Amino acid sequence: MAKASAEAAAVVRVRIPSPLRSYTGGAEELLVATPVLAPEHPPSLLSVLAAVEARHHGLRFRIVDELGRLRPHIKVFVGNELAADLGVPVPTGSEVMIVAALSGG
Amino acid sequence: MATRTNTTDNAIRRVNLLVTTRKGMWALTSDVARRSWKLAGPHFLGHIVHHAVRDPRDGRTLLVAARTGHLGPTIFRSTNEGRSWQEAVRPPAFAPGSGRSVDHTFWLTPGHVSEPGVWYAGTSPQGLFRSADAGATWDGVAGFNAHPQRQAWCGGDQDGTPDGGKLHSVLVDPRDPLHLYIGLSSGGVFESIDGGADWRPLNRGIRADFLPDPDAEYGHDPHCVRLHPSVPDRLYQQNHCGIYRLDRPAERWVDIGVTMPKSVGAIGFPVVLHPQDPDILWVFPMDGTSAWPRVPPRGRPAVYRSVNGGRSWQRHATGLPVAQAWWTVKRQAMTVDAREPAGVYFGTTSGEVWGSRDEGRTWRCLARHLPHVYAVEAA
Repeated sequence: MAKASAEAAAVVRVRIPSPLRSYTGGAEELLVATPVLAPEHPPSLLSVLAAVEARHHGLRFRIVDELGRLRPHIKVFVGNELAADLGVPVPTGSEVMIVAALSGG
Repeated sequence: MATRTNTTDNAIRRVNLLVTTRKGMWALTSDVARRSWKLAGPHFLGHIVHHAVRDPRDGRTLLVAARTGHLGPTIFRSTNEGRSWQEAVRPPAFAPGSGRSVDHTFWLTPGHVSEPGVWYAGTSPQGLFRSADAGATWDGVAGFNAHPQRQAWCGGDQDGTPDGGKLHSVLVDPRDPLHLYIGLSSGGVFESIDGGADWRPLNRGIRADFLPDPDAEYGHDPHCVRLHPSVPDRLYQQNHCGIYRLDRPAERWVDIGVTMPKSVGAIGFPVVLHPQDPDILWVFPMDGTSAWPRVPPRGRPAVYRSVNGGRSWQRHATGLPVAQAWWTVKRQAMTVDAREPAGVYFGTTSGEVWGSRDEGRTWRCLARHLPHVYAVEAA
């Protein structure tokens, strides 16, 4: 299997909403490098969140449940597109925006 | 916050209440006479905090079950009176392949005194979890979560409470760490004698007006179940369909709600027990007529106390609003302290905390303007 190198990593910017910044030390944005094993197969959102989780343990479970589903009031955009699930590709240079929508009064 | 770690008599005699709400957690601490109360907080402002419990075994470990409107459920821990908090490394979550996910952790119970660091958690939907390291990591109790009858016991989404089915009232027999009871809303009361490896229903004698079979083995709706700490064969439950007492080894619950005034009824959420006398208990009746408004009957809140195991009841409302009070007291929002005479406390859905230092006879508002109160625990 190809070993990930600096050239074979997708670097994406992840924007963190305020309710999750207790996990990132207050950081509003993270630069996340995710291995790319083949150019035609960019990493998925799942891989990006795994990389975030590796650096900031506990964050992922607050937005993704144990079935691998985004929680009901969490939205994730890759660029300007709303991610339907965690399988969507995230090309290098993308911006991932996590949105925590408040529910109720 | 709590003062149990302080060795002075006065500090020990103060009462500390953990008040958890829809938007955070507060602490109410009394003076020695329980006349003056000081409110501190908030902790976790903006979090939905379903329960907070202090470990009576070490007097300092505090566990908090929290989530927010958008973020998933977790457990926070403190051992320094809430000055700092650590999040559970692995919060309660169902096993892969279960097809279920934890919406929120609803109930926390410290384990047996012989098992320091052991805690139990009940979740929505109904799941039972155990921690052996003071809440840092949690594992599902497979004997319940993967029990072949679990789906039948818990029912579907239509059988849950409005914000989801719940596993609550995790009770540990103080004589035997392997002897456990749980309450399912819905589902009923279940017992394990092997530490949770297997379970069986314990609902004989309980009405279930919403089931076609009046003698159903399970499917009931216990709102709150309590086991007396010094007479652990004595259990009480406030059910969706009345108030009941069970004296083990008997298997059939006795309906003690029939002695409540007909105009008040026997519907409510909490039941709390006197810390020493197993014949004394308190309930907070709610209007369970027609559309089930679940507010004090006729807008006149009152605590009902029995001193004879439910054979008769006394109404106590001195100090409470005399009319036009329409709040609800939820199942975890009523508690007692360990003082003599016992103090009784409850929190309301309109953000008030009320207290009595004479075993429920007279009442005083201790705090107001808080968010919707979910739980009050004396710690």
